[in-house]
Amino acid sequence: MSEAATGWAGAPAESIWSGPEKKAARRSRSPVTGESDLLKAVLIGVTVVFLSLFLILPLAIVFTEAFSKGVAAYWGALISPDARSAIGLTLTVAAIAVPANIMFGLAAAWAIAKFHFPGKSFLITLIDLPFSVSPVVAGLMFVLLFGAHGLLGPWLKAHDLEIIFAVPGIVLATIFVTFPFVARELIALMEDQGTGDEETALSLGASGFSTFMRVTLPNIKWALLYGVLLCNARAMGEFGAVSVVSGHIRGKTNTMPLHVEILYNEYNTAAAFAVASLLALLALITLVLKTLLETRFNDALPGKARGH
Amino acid sequence: MQIRAQDIVKSFPGARRAALEGVSLNVGSGELVALLGPSGGGKTTLLRIIAGLDLPDSGKVFFGDEDASEKSVQDRRVGFVFQNYALFKHLTVEDNVGFGLDVRNRAQRPPKAEIRRRAHELLDLVQLSGLEKRRPSQLSGGQRQRVALARALAVEPRVLLLDEPFGALDAKVRRELRSWLRELHTRTGHTTIFVTHDQDEALELADRVAVLNGGHIEQIGTPDEIYDHPATAFVHEFIGESSAISAQLREGEVFLGDHRLDLPKANRLATSNNGEGRLFVRPQDILIGEEGPGALQAEVLSVRRSGPTRRAEIALPYDRSSVEVDAPASVALQPGAFVPVRFLRGAFFLKADAAGAAVHARG
Repeated sequence: MSEAATGWAGAPAESIWSGPEKKAARRSRSPVTGESDLLKAVLIGVTVVFLSLFLILPLAIVFTEAFSKGVAAYWGALISPDARSAIGLTLTVAAIAVPANIMFGLAAAWAIAKFHFPGKSFLITLIDLPFSVSPVVAGLMFVLLFGAHGLLGPWLKAHDLEIIFAVPGIVLATIFVTFPFVARELIALMEDQGTGDEETALSLGASGFSTFMRVTLPNIKWALLYGVLLCNARAMGEFGAVSVVSGHIRGKTNTMPLHVEILYNEYNTAAAFAVASLLALLALITLVLKTLLETRFNDALPGKARGH
Repeated sequence: MQIRAQDIVKSFPGARRAALEGVSLNVGSGELVALLGPSGGGKTTLLRIIAGLDLPDSGKVFFGDEDASEKSVQDRRVGFVFQNYALFKHLTVEDNVGFGLDVRNRAQRPPKAEIRRRAHELLDLVQLSGLEKRRPSQLSGGQRQRVALARALAVEPRVLLLDEPFGALDAKVRRELRSWLRELHTRTGHTTIFVTHDQDEALELADRVAVLNGGHIEQIGTPDEIYDHPATAFVHEFIGESSAISAQLREGEVFLGDHRLDLPKANRLATSNNGEGRLFVRPQDILIGEEGPGALQAEVLSVRRSGPTRRAEIALPYDRSSVEVDAPASVALQPGAFVPVRFLRGAFFLKADAAGAAVHARG
């Protein structure tokens, strides 16, 4: 052992090999993530600033603006007839779209995960379509299909059926846009779980229905809830597709996001933010529930990267 | 219950060859039969077809005299145990075992207390009393396997079908469960078919073993028949240890080059059946270090310790094919030295029809 080596390690006479390790321990850095303390501080700082600017600040502004003219004005904006109708319509649409997508999602995931059939990969791609298509295009698609000059327009008119610029159109557009949430969540998990449990239940004499109710459903319930949560948040918050098909008729075909836009365009900022604060609140609640689900029931959710 | 599979053909879409190419299997009432073979041999497919989990392209399955081919898996009343146990995670051990009784329609469903009693009885049978309220996640692998078995037994199955029952367990637990299953079978007398790729398991546990390879049955027989008289070259290679030597058959005698091995006259073969083929010899059927009729001078390549005996690798004259030999401690073996070796017994298979004409030259 040389003088130089001990001196370099800054340690009393010991093996030269203990030198670097001791140094590392003093600065509490592992050899794998060996960034310097300065770099760490910079990275953390940048992240905090970014998150504050782009996520926390806007959220805070929504609530401060909403209450900028006092609690009475806030409350007044929420109970105005137009706002109440918008809230009611949003809840109605979600109440139809979410159960519909639970059923479609369950059926699609069940078929894809438990059976082999030709065209399966095409179906999987198709399920992802609403995610890759711009919501505005989705809305236009429905207008072209059901609108007055659309493919089925004349027939609908002849039968006195209203879809576009009416509630059915909004529901259809919402279902389309939110379709993948439940299905994707379930497909990943159900493919992971395979068919062993179901086959066991069948071999024990269970019917197809009781196999689904007593074996499949308990296995996927947390993932289903997770999907429903995301689906609901999007169904209530959807703007683009709904905007195209709704027609913005106040008190009739206005959903909450559309109402926010109308109020904002009328320079009625406080009222706009009051309604927006409800949507923000919905987002926060969704986030909390989602986090709860993820921490408590992580095993029961699909292990793939969460991409929403 | 006697189980009969008749000319089962099954192919899966996209597969190059059929998973089963016309397999027939007869399992006597109360018999314990192993389906043994390499992966992809079709053994699990056959088991699933018997259970009704898969449908064959053609062929029939009989339960006793009854044609079960058209029956659904629910109606066949089989006890199927999966390799990964497939226990219901959200149910307790007791509810898992009682599941098959609990899902019956109202007319046939026993009362709750009776289901519980049955479940406890079965858990007692599989030696898991006291764990009734546990969840599957709180059990060891061996315990889970036994819960799965108890659950399958709860529906009073007509046949017990086990797919690689011990596949996911470590070696020690495997051996324990093996003798335990044998005991259980003796006690309950269920007709049982189990799939395994572990020949020790098959030979030790089963009354009869069916060796499946490439979608057909190579041989069915008792463990003794399978081990001592393999019907095909494949079975000889797959079961137990053996060395394959290129050899010729001339008028019922096995030749290595121009050297006549003094194996007893081949039976079951016309003397006109001559040709190239392979001679399979087990390490314990070769006498080393002793001159005698048919002895060859072989070069010792290496000697290593193998449990209680020594295992020598020797090179035969002519084509220098290497052969494994069990060598007694009394014989001095130096690598590089030449020693006399004699084949006491072997099995010769003609190349032309590897699966067909089996010739057993017995000592």
